[in-house]
Amino acid sequence: MAVETAPAPVVEKKKEPLFSKKNIRTLRDPLDDNNPITVQVLGICSALAVTVQVKPALIMALGVTFVTAFSNLIISLLRHTIPTRVRIIVQLIVIATLVTIVDQVLKAYMFDVSKKLSVFVGLIITNCIVMGRLEAFALANKPWPSFLDGIGNGLGYGLILVVVAVIRELFGSGTLLGYQVVPQWAYDMGYVNNGLMMLPPAALFIIGLYIWAQRSWNKKLVNVS
Amino acid sequence: MEHLLNLFIKAIFVENVIFAFFLGMCSFLAVSKKIKTAFGLGLAVIFVMILTTPLNYLILTYLLKEGALAWIHPALAKVDLTFLSFILFISTIAGAVQIVEMVVEKFTPALYNSLGIFLPLITVNCSILGTSLFMQEREYNFVETAVFSLGSGIGFFLAIVLLAAIRERLRYSNIPAPLQGLGIAMIITGLMGMAFLSFSGIQL
Repeated sequence: MAVETAPAPVVEKKKEPLFSKKNIRTLRDPLDDNNPITVQVLGICSALAVTVQVKPALIMALGVTFVTAFSNLIISLLRHTIPTRVRIIVQLIVIATLVTIVDQVLKAYMFDVSKKLSVFVGLIITNCIVMGRLEAFALANKPWPSFLDGIGNGLGYGLILVVVAVIRELFGSGTLLGYQVVPQWAYDMGYVNNGLMMLPPAALFIIGLYIWAQRSWNKKLVNVS
Repeated sequence: MEHLLNLFIKAIFVENVIFAFFLGMCSFLAVSKKIKTAFGLGLAVIFVMILTTPLNYLILTYLLKEGALAWIHPALAKVDLTFLSFILFISTIAGAVQIVEMVVEKFTPALYNSLGIFLPLITVNCSILGTSLFMQEREYNFVETAVFSLGSGIGFFLAIVLLAAIRERLRYSNIPAPLQGLGIAMIITGLMGMAFLSFSGIQL
């Protein structure tokens, strides 16, 4: 749980250290209190579809972290030059460029994973986390905090992805990252993999239950949406 | 003909954008609190979908694919610009949404007011871009693309109106406080997804 600190003063004259308390909070908040998936309700689409196995989920989390961090940085650097009327298109072009880089890198070095992720790499463009953070944070903040915010949100997204993927892969196929975890004798004694975990609805159930658990634990999140 | 009908049914029920691929979940969960707004968003999505996907198909076939530029000059026949597809697709969608918004505002202000914020939000609805990307990945031809986009749009419409109807009823039920709102919406979507799984394997 994040420590409750007083709201930051509006005008800050002296130069902040690189990892000041406020910046650390920017980085850490999205992991729990302000998690992009379970609290801000952003970026759910891809979170559900790539979580059948842990490996694609990890790659996806890295890709999204990269895109959020750098698009936040770029837009924050440009925030005084972009006219507000056309900002959506400018943002989309920046995001699309970064996503194209991720896609080409994946195709070149990890072709099998890239096949498995299929259209979902391209869909990082319309992943609301990226756009949402640009609108909510990067347009109003300095480059360095924006960069941290991007990393934090990417990691918060990755956290959920990996939790869901671990549960689905462990119970659905008895492996983790492709290695057999459930021993053979368990199968001999009649243990069966849970087929539901391989199907799309399982991801929804797991995230639904995760939200339930998180909100029971963290009462102030109840009734946010 | 039968093949097209099959594709259509498949896009609506078997491979529903929401329940099979989770595309457009963000607006699906955010705008499904009331049937009326869900209905408006669903219609807008269908419209933008059948406008942009065929447009993106034309862009892909006549500008981006390897050999697509041969109609300009034979020397360009070897150029392969498919890596630009993300940028061009999203620009088409953003542009089309902008145009649709202006046209609707000019000619039917009543519809414009009822759609409100949802029109611009469609730009970042994953289901629109997703349909274009599926079109590219599965290499549909033009007619198939048109049918597929209509089916996907109707699939989204159906899903969001159904969820909104269920959520309106849920207001009277006694749900544990931490599960209210997003949590229960997720679980309901999961259950609906399981119901839609029963369509799988349907062939005409």
